[in-house]
Amino acid sequence: MNIAVLVLIVLAISAAGYVLGRHRALSGAQGDRRNLHSLIGYYGQTVFLFASVPALFLLAVWLFLQPMLIEARVGAMIQPSDIPEGGSATLVMSDVRRLAEGLDAAIASGAVTEEALAGLQAGDAELGSLLSDAGVALGAELRPNVLEAAKAYRSDSHGARLALTAAVIAVSLVGALLSLLRVSPEYRARNVFERFVLAALIASSLVAVLTTAGIIASLLFESIHFFQLYPAKDFFLSLTWNPQFRGGSDLGIWPLLWGTLYVSFVALIFAVPVGLLIAIYLSEYASKRLRTFAKPAIEILAGIPTIVYGLFALITVGPLLRDYFAQPLGLGTSSASVMTAGLVMGIMLIPFVSSLSDDIINAVPQSLRDGSFAIGATQSETVRQVILPAALPGIVGAILLAASRAIGETMIVVMGAGAAAKLDLNPFQAMTTITVKIVSQLTGDTEFASPETLVAFALGMMLFLFTLVLNVLALVVVRKYREQYE
Amino acid sequence: MTDASLPTTPHRGSLIEVDARTRRRNAAEKRFRLYGLVALGIGLAALVILLTSVLSNGVSAFRQTSLVLEMNLDAAVLDKKGNRDPEEMKKVTTIGYGKLIDKALKEAVAAKGIAIEGLTDKDVANMISKEAAAQVRERVLSNPDLVGETVTVKVLANGRIDGYLKGRVTMQSAERDSNVTPNQLRLADALMAEGLLVKAFNWDFITGPDASELRPEASGLGVAILGSAYMMIIVLILSLPIGVAASIYLEEFAPKNRWTDLIEVNISNLAAVPSIVFGILGLAIFINFAGLPQSAPIVGGLVLTLMTLPRIIIPTRAALGAVPPSIREAALGVGASKMQTIFHHVLPLAMPGILTGMIIGLAQALGETAPLLLIGMVAFVRDFPAAPPEGFFDPAAALPVQVYNWTQRADPGFAERASGAIIVLLVFLLVMNAVAILLRNRFERRW
Repeated sequence: MNIAVLVLIVLAISAAGYVLGRHRALSGAQGDRRNLHSLIGYYGQTVFLFASVPALFLLAVWLFLQPMLIEARVGAMIQPSDIPEGGSATLVMSDVRRLAEGLDAAIASGAVTEEALAGLQAGDAELGSLLSDAGVALGAELRPNVLEAAKAYRSDSHGARLALTAAVIAVSLVGALLSLLRVSPEYRARNVFERFVLAALIASSLVAVLTTAGIIASLLFESIHFFQLYPAKDFFLSLTWNPQFRGGSDLGIWPLLWGTLYVSFVALIFAVPVGLLIAIYLSEYASKRLRTFAKPAIEILAGIPTIVYGLFALITVGPLLRDYFAQPLGLGTSSASVMTAGLVMGIMLIPFVSSLSDDIINAVPQSLRDGSFAIGATQSETVRQVILPAALPGIVGAILLAASRAIGETMIVVMGAGAAAKLDLNPFQAMTTITVKIVSQLTGDTEFASPETLVAFALGMMLFLFTLVLNVLALVVVRKYREQYE
Repeated sequence: MTDASLPTTPHRGSLIEVDARTRRRNAAEKRFRLYGLVALGIGLAALVILLTSVLSNGVSAFRQTSLVLEMNLDAAVLDKKGNRDPEEMKKVTTIGYGKLIDKALKEAVAAKGIAIEGLTDKDVANMISKEAAAQVRERVLSNPDLVGETVTVKVLANGRIDGYLKGRVTMQSAERDSNVTPNQLRLADALMAEGLLVKAFNWDFITGPDASELRPEASGLGVAILGSAYMMIIVLILSLPIGVAASIYLEEFAPKNRWTDLIEVNISNLAAVPSIVFGILGLAIFINFAGLPQSAPIVGGLVLTLMTLPRIIIPTRAALGAVPPSIREAALGVGASKMQTIFHHVLPLAMPGILTGMIIGLAQALGETAPLLLIGMVAFVRDFPAAPPEGFFDPAAALPVQVYNWTQRADPGFAERASGAIIVLLVFLLVMNAVAILLRNRFERRW
């Protein structure tokens, strides 16, 4: 049965429960609402919730787990000898799935009956024509075990779907019935309903925790997997990055780390002074008119997607730097370079630094400024000797957050920094970063169990840890600072 | 004491004549002011240069060069049996149609009396896009009665010819380019003078699917826009209820203890986790573990939902917190329960602020690229996904990823396309942000 139909059935049961719940409460109170504990709607809503939520929850969990369980069962039917040279178990499994879909389609179109299908053997010519009619092209020769697995997959899927339908409807009916029986005028329907809602609210707020758990788990498991295939010592200490898709690669993190830090450094060297001066100018000097125009304009920069910056680096900044700086100075011939990516990333970070610093400078109490002016300091002396020292921890926090953004930035470096992993000091050379290599190792058709692919997870782990430390540090610094003047 | 050790002669100077030290200090003041102004100038200039660079590169993508030809749809080629059965006519591939178009162009050139020295037949045939045959074939198959007639067709011109009309290809570059000859450009000039080569607004760029590496002139954003729209629908459906529910719990119900503190630190941290890490999460959990299909909007939508959630929880909580306590107290005072107070009174009053935050979060999700690269959205997809909900599981592209894809292709025509796609993306973002600002100005109440 179709999942959508099943959901509709559950909703229909729940709706019926709603009407019945209201009705039962009202008749229990001899038709007088004032005799009820709660407002009448709550009785119906409680029944509705008990009829729908557990059933739909079961449906979701079942749909999530079913493919995994069936594949584990069917996968056991495939012998190692069935896996062709150069293939993998996952490829054979996807063949099994396609085959099962083809058989389903053949039966649905009436080309073959269930009984006839059971008798079909792997070598039969009839099977080939059947499948090609159903739009499934067989690759190499069909092995008997694979066909049997596909048949088992089909029957398991059908059985499971049937059981699912029965279980979901049963849960929905039982939920509706049980909660209906409890409905009486004294029944505290509102309290029950509100507790239910509160549970839903708590569950929603746990999604964020689950996300973090999911991130850590996926990074950790695959990283451990990677370190089983590739020695951790080489990953952390080797100075070369040279993945070979036939094995025997050097996967040292240092060239990538160097590129990441170099690009981020260039970006911060550009963004921090500019952003900070903009913040100072806007909060201390600018007229109101200039401020109302300039502040949103700078913040537009923060709303532009990074792919736009990437394209800007690729088609405008890169060629410009190459033609007017790198080539005349004899420093390089590549338009993708640390300088390109760093400059463009610096532009991206300006609003980040300026708006955070702006908040922090505005939070410095006016009394400090007044005191400084009173002893004869000029405005710039006040800024440099009073306001900046007072705001320093907050500004450091802002810079740390900007650094974390710079390290994790992907599109600008993918399009602007290049792909060559090397340790070099020349900023007009193409270098690469951790994020670039995560993208290049994980896109395209790659064997998922090789260290060359799994290294991306270890790189992701490093990236996550770096940014986490920076974020937490920034958070602590900013929090501490805010408390000072509040 | 230190005071006693100071020089006893007081500082002598005139209030009218500024002394050297004051002058120095005033100069420093002016310099500092100038630094600030220069920094502001750099910031604004960066914005202007960024936008003009993208706009100037991309605007031309919205206009496309086509050839207008009188073409005889020869029945002997297109429908050998002559029974106008579309099923049988499908056996004629684009090669058959291509030859007819070539012939039509050659005849048109001859009829107009255009003679260019050294112009070969191949040059003439290459004026036409490789996509043109498919365009005509589609038109004929949808209307078989056209076979045998002479019709006016408008077919795409080759990308280089298009580039010539837009100034990207010049006579000098054509000398060096193996894909186009100067003679073709001269022919293009002549055809334009005769009105056979026209430039018009390029609807196919917005509605059409992507095209292969060699046909930049035929590539469009249709699949990408649809894929992005599907993902935004999923993000909206999932993150609005979950985000609002989580915010209500954290703002209104959560007791102040370690556990809720952990959740809060978690949320502010998730908002700062690099987006590519969410891509790794999507790949590991949704594709490898849960077995969802690659390049499907459902996976992209789920990943973007997880990314957007912390970003909308923060403004939603601010909006809820901005509702004054008097509202709550009044509701509680007339006997509402806490849940009723929040859902009947606080939430409706906070709704404009929540929706503003939601739209801004959606706009951010729309422009996000890096996580989508990892879940297979870079794949080449030409077929439109089906209508939802099945379509959520079909392969699709996404607007920002399409930009990235086009920048990775060699033909310079795609650079223009990528900038054009950016313009489309920026227009969407502009509209969303404008709606958010409008909503805020129109409905937000100041207490």
